[in-house]
Amino acid sequence: MDVLKVTEARKSFGPTRALDGASLELRQGEMLALLGPNGAGKTTLVRAIAGRARLDGGAIELFGRVLDVSSGKAAGREGLGVVPQDIALYPLLTARENLMSWGRLHGVAPHDLAPRVERALGWTALADRANEPVKRFSGGMKRRLNIACGILHEPRVVLLDEPTVGVDPQSRERIYDMLAELRDAGVSVLLTTHQLEEAEARCQRIVIIDHGKVISSGTLNELVERTIGAGRRVTLTLDRPPALALPGLEPGPGGTALVGLVRDVATELPTLLGEVREAGCRVLDVEVRSPSLHAVFIHLTGRDLRE
Amino acid sequence: MILTLIGIGLVNLRRDRVVQAMTFFLPIVFFSIFAGVFGSQGRDTMDRVRVALVDEDQTSASLRFVAALQKEGSLRVRTTARPTGADRKAPELPLDRARATGLVRDGDVPVAIVIPAGFGATFGSFDTTGKAIELLSDSSDPVASQVVSGLLQKTAMTAAPDLMARQGLGMFEKYGGPLTPQQRRAMDSWSRRIEGNAAPDSAGADSAGGGPGTPGAPSNPAGPALAGAVQVKVVDVLGEKKTNPIISFYAAGIAVMFLLFSASGAGGTLIEEVESGTLERLLTSRAGMGTVLAAKWLFITLLGVLQIVVMFVWGMLVFQLDLLPHLPGFFVMTLMTAGAAAGFGLVLATLCKSRQQLGGLSTILILTQSALGGSMFPRFLMPEGIKKIGNFTFNAHALDGYQAVFWRDARLIELWPQVLILGALTAVFLTVARLLARRWETV
Repeated sequence: MDVLKVTEARKSFGPTRALDGASLELRQGEMLALLGPNGAGKTTLVRAIAGRARLDGGAIELFGRVLDVSSGKAAGREGLGVVPQDIALYPLLTARENLMSWGRLHGVAPHDLAPRVERALGWTALADRANEPVKRFSGGMKRRLNIACGILHEPRVVLLDEPTVGVDPQSRERIYDMLAELRDAGVSVLLTTHQLEEAEARCQRIVIIDHGKVISSGTLNELVERTIGAGRRVTLTLDRPPALALPGLEPGPGGTALVGLVRDVATELPTLLGEVREAGCRVLDVEVRSPSLHAVFIHLTGRDLRE
Repeated sequence: MILTLIGIGLVNLRRDRVVQAMTFFLPIVFFSIFAGVFGSQGRDTMDRVRVALVDEDQTSASLRFVAALQKEGSLRVRTTARPTGADRKAPELPLDRARATGLVRDGDVPVAIVIPAGFGATFGSFDTTGKAIELLSDSSDPVASQVVSGLLQKTAMTAAPDLMARQGLGMFEKYGGPLTPQQRRAMDSWSRRIEGNAAPDSAGADSAGGGPGTPGAPSNPAGPALAGAVQVKVVDVLGEKKTNPIISFYAAGIAVMFLLFSASGAGGTLIEEVESGTLERLLTSRAGMGTVLAAKWLFITLLGVLQIVVMFVWGMLVFQLDLLPHLPGFFVMTLMTAGAAAGFGLVLATLCKSRQQLGGLSTILILTQSALGGSMFPRFLMPEGIKKIGNFTFNAHALDGYQAVFWRDARLIELWPQVLILGALTAVFLTVARLLARRWETV
């Protein structure tokens, strides 16, 4: 079931088309990654869903209800949580005070507020620092608190704009664990990210956007199938360079490696290994890899994500 | 290398309008204001002093004196006024002592001249037995009473020289013996001639070349009883019962200036919230831009009220400022002033693109307003032109209100002009801030 549906979203800033008919769906309880190079329209799309950017055309449905996209008001988005890319916290307030304040601003009932804040402090692993001013926190701690402040009102759909930007790997792991907990609780999560590996590993589906259009979407396997095919990249490391060229294999790095693409590993790989043996070489190592999201991304956009 | 760094500095200066304004514009503005106030822009004259004039004597001597005062170019004499509370269309009536006192109390004139009954009989006696002219003075403008005292002496000498001569001869005969009949005839003839020439015009002619600011004008003629051509008694109708009255001026002046600084600083948190993304997040919560601005305005207003209260309480404890008897008026003025200052701070914050820009612009505007509006030196020192410009400043109206409370013991209802102006300013500031803040709303 789709909890969020964007259809043909269009938005221009002067002559620049930030969104040029972008469409996507977010399903109940899934984590969806929105990928795209800088300027592709990711943030504009998130802001439009959050009611912070007025669309020139198209429609947005939240829980089956069509939202007003032309007035630029956030009304009708009560079940939505937004976590901005910036650390939008009050640095002189403590973690608890920030949570209490944002909870009130999001309309959390007074009798619910204190228990939710305590839960959020536990969820973010900040309970022991709850009474410290946020300005003393590390980047990762601020990021976690930033997320908690956006979900204190228990939204069913959460939008996160670059939730792990600028934090160390351990903090990133912790943040993705938090998001997984949300997803497991039935919350639908849409996040924009530059971290392809994380999108690949953590998100059920991926939407790739470029020049304001969604150019592909689906699971990683679906994306691979649709773009560079279902083949596997095989790397054979030999004891010495083969004397003759072997069919289907090309020289790889270091001179002793051969690289090839196989469609069916079970039937094609034994054949390749036999050909190498017949050529008088011994196989020291075999590596079989699926095509990465990075390869898919470059295939689709023609450029690296960080360009 | 040094040249390169200087070059970078020059490019930065060329592109930073705030720094340019702070470096070149603000000093010139301040120099001009100070030169205008204290240097009278190269002129040797002061602006005409507004006075109310009451003639209780109604003798030929007093009438001639009144006529001469009316022609005195350094005075703007008022002899009539509408009764208190009368309609605007009601005819003006000749002033009496009570109404003249009211005009001083209300701040319409800084000085009222009362020529008492019996003045004409002793006019020009040059001793202390004569009837003294009373100057009903608003001591919040100490310059005006000093100037008028000097002008009274000057006018006495020029308005009725024949009477002065007769009084002089009377004094001579009293102490030196009577004149001979021949001397008396000669004196009578001369007296008639100078009476004919006793031109009040001469006073006007004199004053065209110089008023109280001229080097020849008496510098300090006033006092409880003066032994000059006329005796002058200064009566302070406002500040006589007050302890350390001038302190309320400084307290209000400084408080309003720093209120504006703190309001613009607090308004600057809005820019910080824009830069940190907090405002963006606020706008995705239940708080819309109107709510955010209203909350900011209320907070800055409360902060301003607290700031002024602390200042005046300090003044009361350390400098005997007369705060407690004026509490209701003080709170009304403080609330209105703080509210308008908060609105002003929000306008600046919503106008500027960065905290740095806000700092520069607010410094320029607040210091200029404070100088023109009376926070740095009393407005009675200012030439009329600068006073008029000052009326466009926030400070002038706020200080007028505090002055009405602390000097004129104004009742709450009498503060309506200041309340109205500050209320209107608040409404305008908030409307402008709301319109300017639209750029941060949905794109």
